[in-house]
Amino acid sequence: MVMLNKELLKEINEIKSKYPDSRFCLLPTLYIFQREYGWLSPQVLEAVAEALNIPKATVKGVSTFYTMFKHKPMGRHLVQLCTNVACMIMGGEKLLDILKERYGLEPSMTTPDSRFSLVIMECIGACDKAPAMLVDTDFHGSLTGENIIDILEQYK
Amino acid sequence: MEKVLLKNINSQKSSDIHEYIKGGGYSALHKAFEMKPFDVVDEVRRSGLRGRGGAGFPTGMKWSFAVADTQMPKYLLCNADEGEPGAFKDRVILEKNPHLLIEGMVISAYAVGAAWGYIYLRGEYPKIKDILLNAIKQAREKNYLGDNILGKGVGFHLHVHCGAGAYICGEETALIESLEGKRGQPRIKPPFPVNEGFSLKPTIINNVETLANIPYIIEIGGDAYSKIGSPECPGLKLYSVSGHIKKPGVYELPMGVTLREIIYTHCGGIQGDKKLKAVIPGGISTPVLTPDKIDCHMDFRSLTMVGSLLGSGAVIAFDETVDMVNVCLRITKFFEHESCGKCTPCREGIGWMRAILGRMCGGAGRNDDIGLLMEVSNNIIGKAFCPLGDSAATAVQSFIGNFREEFEIKIQNSNIKN
Repeated sequence: MVMLNKELLKEINEIKSKYPDSRFCLLPTLYIFQREYGWLSPQVLEAVAEALNIPKATVKGVSTFYTMFKHKPMGRHLVQLCTNVACMIMGGEKLLDILKERYGLEPSMTTPDSRFSLVIMECIGACDKAPAMLVDTDFHGSLTGENIIDILEQYK
Repeated sequence: MEKVLLKNINSQKSSDIHEYIKGGGYSALHKAFEMKPFDVVDEVRRSGLRGRGGAGFPTGMKWSFAVADTQMPKYLLCNADEGEPGAFKDRVILEKNPHLLIEGMVISAYAVGAAWGYIYLRGEYPKIKDILLNAIKQAREKNYLGDNILGKGVGFHLHVHCGAGAYICGEETALIESLEGKRGQPRIKPPFPVNEGFSLKPTIINNVETLANIPYIIEIGGDAYSKIGSPECPGLKLYSVSGHIKKPGVYELPMGVTLREIIYTHCGGIQGDKKLKAVIPGGISTPVLTPDKIDCHMDFRSLTMVGSLLGSGAVIAFDETVDMVNVCLRITKFFEHESCGKCTPCREGIGWMRAILGRMCGGAGRNDDIGLLMEVSNNIIGKAFCPLGDSAATAVQSFIGNFREEFEIKIQNSNIKN
C-alpha cells in the first residue's frame, strides 16, 4: 500500500484548485507520483486512483497512453535520444551503436548497474542542434561519437 | 527589419518581466484594455492573421465564433505541444520571450471573454515549464494576470499543463481530452471547440506563435499588419530550419518569403556546398519537395499550388547523399508510433506501410511493393478520423512521387540478392 504524506496531499490539492473538475488532474498527479516513486507501479497507480477518486482502470488506461509515464523501474539517469529525421540525417542513429558498445545500453533498456535507461525520442524540438538528447531534464545538442561519452560520464 | 517575435532574445534576461517592459512590453495590453473587446477581435480579423500551428485558420474568425456563443465560462488554451519533427519555433518564444505569449494571451482572453486559460506544454520541454511558471508569477505580481487586471475589473487566470509525450495531443480536440485527464484521442467535429471544448464549454485554442503576434497587431493596427508579407496570408512568420544547412535555426521573416531565400540567403546554403536533393517545407507531415520547387513562396496558399503545405514552417533540407527511402521509412515509423489507435485505417494502415518500407530498406523488397504502398496509402487518405493518418499516407505518396527511382533501385537490389 502506497501511503501519501501530508506534503504530497497538499500538492495534489493545489493541483485540484487549478482545474474545474478533480478528474482533470490525472496527468499532473501522475507526474507527481512518478517523481516521488521513480516509476508507476500497479500499487502507485492504485494510490493515484484513490487520491482522485477515479477508477483504477481509467488511471491505467490513461497512464499507458503517454510515453513519458514509466511502468517499469528506470535507471538513475534517463537518456532520451532523438533519432527523428533531422537527427537521423545528422548522425543520430550512429550514436546508438556507440551507447551499446560503451555502456551495453539499448533502446528501452536499463544498464545492469541501473545507471542509465535509454529511450528513443520522437523529436525533442532541437533540430537546429541535431543530433540531440535529454539526460534527465538537461538538454545536450550537436552530439558526436566523442562528446556523447564525455557528457554521459558526468552522470554517475 | 526589426524583430518582433524574436525581439531581444539574445539578451541573457530576455525572459524577465522588467527587461520585457523596458523594451515596450505590455504596452499593447494597456492599449487593448482601452478598446472594447469587440474592437480587439475586429483588429485581429482585419490583420488577416491565420493560425500558425499548421491549419492556417483565420484567427479573427475563430474568435468571433466564440464571442457569438453566449455560454459561460469560456476558456482560452495555448497549444504549446510543438511535436512536429522539424519544428522548434515555439520553443524560442516560450524559452526566450514568455511575456510576449502571456501578453498575447491576456489580450486574447479579454477579446473573447475568457477568464481562465491553460498553456498545454509538451512534456519534452521540462525546463520551459519553470520559465513559464516564473513568468506567470511575475505577471501576477505586476497585475497583468489575476482577478482585477490593471484595475479594470477584468480577470484572467493562467496555468501550465504538461503533456507527456504524445504527438497527437497537438490536434486540438485531442489536446482538450488530454487536458481533461484522458487519453489523447481526437473527438468528432462538430461540435467544434469554440462551442463545446474544454469541460464542454466554449474554448479558443491558438498556437503559441499565433498568440505571440497579437500584441504587435494591437500596437500597429490590423490594417498595417495586413500589409506585411503575402497579401492573402499576411504577417510575420517564424521558420525553423534544420537538416544539412550551414546556419540552422529559427528565422523571423515576412510570410511568403521563398524557400530559396530561406535556404541560400538567410541560412547560408547547404553544408559543404553540396547539392540540395529535397526539402520538407513544413515539418514531416507535409509532402516533400524537389529542388525545382524552391522558388515557391512560403505561405499557406502558394505551397498548396506546388503540392505541399506550409504546416508549421519547419524546413528540413536534405543534401545529395541522403537515402530518401530510408527517410520515408523513418517518417512512417514516427507516425506508426504516434497513431493514437482510435481508427483502423491509421492504426493498421501505417503499420503495414512501415512493414513494407522496412523490408525494402532491409534488402527484401518485392516487385509489387510500390503498388502495394500506393494501395495501402490510398486506403488511409480520407478515411482516417483525424489528419494524422492522412499526413502519414500523403508523406509516403510524396516520397514515391518524387523519388520513385530510388524505391525501384531498392527493389532491384533486393531481387538480385534473392
